[in-house]
Amino acid sequence: MGRSPYRMQSNNEINLSLEGNMEILVCVKRVPDTAENEIEVNKDGTDIERDDLVYSVNEWDNYAVEEAIQIRDNVGGTVTVLSVGDEDAEEVVRREMAMGADQGILLSDEAFAGSDGRGIAEIIKAEVEKGKYDLILTGAQADDGAGQIGGMLAALLDWPYASLVNLIEIMDESKIKVGREIAGGNQEMNEIALPCVLSIQTGINEPRYVGIRGIRKVASMEIPVHGTGDLSLSPEAIGESGAKVKRLDYFVPDSGEGAEILEGSSDEILDKLVELLKTKGGIK
Amino acid sequence: MAQTVFSYILHQDGKIDDTAFELISAAKKIVPDATAIAIAMGSGSELEAACNELSASYPEIWKIDDEALSYPNAEIIRGLLSRIIPQGSIVLVPNEHFGMDLSPGLSIKLDTSFLPDAVDFEGMEDGKLKAIREEYSGQVSTHMLCDIAQGAVITVRPGVFQADESKGESGTVVDKTADALQEGLPGQSRRFLEVVEAEVGDVDITKSEILVSVGRGIEDEENLEMVNDLAETMGGDVSCSRPIVDAKWMEKSRQVGTSGQTVKPKVYLALGVSGSFQHMGGVKGAPYVIAVNKNPKAPIFQQADVGVVADILEFIPMLNDKVKEAKG
Repeated sequence: MGRSPYRMQSNNEINLSLEGNMEILVCVKRVPDTAENEIEVNKDGTDIERDDLVYSVNEWDNYAVEEAIQIRDNVGGTVTVLSVGDEDAEEVVRREMAMGADQGILLSDEAFAGSDGRGIAEIIKAEVEKGKYDLILTGAQADDGAGQIGGMLAALLDWPYASLVNLIEIMDESKIKVGREIAGGNQEMNEIALPCVLSIQTGINEPRYVGIRGIRKVASMEIPVHGTGDLSLSPEAIGESGAKVKRLDYFVPDSGEGAEILEGSSDEILDKLVELLKTKGGIK
Repeated sequence: MAQTVFSYILHQDGKIDDTAFELISAAKKIVPDATAIAIAMGSGSELEAACNELSASYPEIWKIDDEALSYPNAEIIRGLLSRIIPQGSIVLVPNEHFGMDLSPGLSIKLDTSFLPDAVDFEGMEDGKLKAIREEYSGQVSTHMLCDIAQGAVITVRPGVFQADESKGESGTVVDKTADALQEGLPGQSRRFLEVVEAEVGDVDITKSEILVSVGRGIEDEENLEMVNDLAETMGGDVSCSRPIVDAKWMEKSRQVGTSGQTVKPKVYLALGVSGSFQHMGGVKGAPYVIAVNKNPKAPIFQQADVGVVADILEFIPMLNDKVKEAKG
């Protein structure tokens, strides 16, 4: 295989005569907001306690949408936001449209319920094949910490993939340069051919604030809902019956050890803590 | 016949990563009488050294030696693995940045189940593997049932399984290079360029004996002032968790965790830090850990020696005053 020699390109040298047609798809998920909620297991361990939960868009996805918008604003194109979920997922798609995405798609069908990671990736793949995307972004992980959809989707599409991406530079219409976050604060640089799938790490940019006015502006925009009838999907790959990996229950592990929790009045706690700091070498 | 369990081996400069020994313990918990095979890819003398070290711990080692593998490019390695791994095998990969890059797609290419970030295994139930994972940054755990009849790719969290240091094997090294590369090098659509080393900050927190580490609970950039004050009073340095760096409130060089710095202080005071495994993975050397968090369920309390359930915004100034008082 021939390899063309790599030439460094700084930002201002990037050839901006791209056709102005970067088609970007960003996959987002509606999740309980862990900054706003304590997550607890419900009475019978079948689910987390969902009463009074505040939901929001998955934190990593927000960075992915911001990155897509910035790329589009630099080189032209469109940003489409997609979510797989029930009708409630529409609110996070609309929120990301208020950030500046051009359009949204909701993939929703009762037959999707109970899908495992592969099932979700198959559903998204079916939608991707209806379009003509150059770049697909996901968050590096979501509420379940699995970080699996992007890598699976890339493999199903036979596109290249890179995870934990914290830098994207568009080189030309056929390739991009991406930085990945690796151990010790180091960054691994790669050149990747388009089309490709990237999972985005937090901190890659500073996602813009979405105000109530922004939400209002997109309130009347239509978000098409696609289900099994609109997508070519083999039923054995999706839903509960297609899932090879299933969650049995939620529980809180009984941790034998764990912190000794200091109790008492503020003064008592502070005195105890200062005493501990002294003996353990925490005060110089 | 027992299922074959492959371990993907991470190594650098000829040294085997600790996870290679942890995966032995994990494999035994999945299939007690498993045929364990290590897979090591790389090039030249470094790979040679790695295989030598592995042969004391694994009965069989498959090596693939090519210059293109001198830096682990997940696209290339995924392609090679999908050519050589027999159908129905279980493949274990450490769940760190390379494993995350490689594994979800590998499960698709091998057409097997994918179980990410397993922290424990509890044997078989209804012919399926019962495993434990964590969700919501470790706030709750789940039991999973994973169908392994057609094999599985399982990523295993580093540091949770005891490393098997028995070294009682005298393993055979099998050269799989020709098998793996006979159709040429896969994964050409992604090319590794270079590793950009982290910038060195004004303070080297890896050398600090006292760290006052601040997390999301600080809420506002201006509140960092009280953390700086406390650290100064205590004679320590300020470090932080990932959200503080993401918000650009502190330099990356101050971040503790697997993607940041590995620190070895005597005392680690975690203020409003939830305590994800990625964060605590950067805290080494068994320091005395004190956690202050308003969420009594925060995973940090599992890791700390002593904890205070309190709002750090109120607690920090009070602690600062008390420490000043104590110093006289």
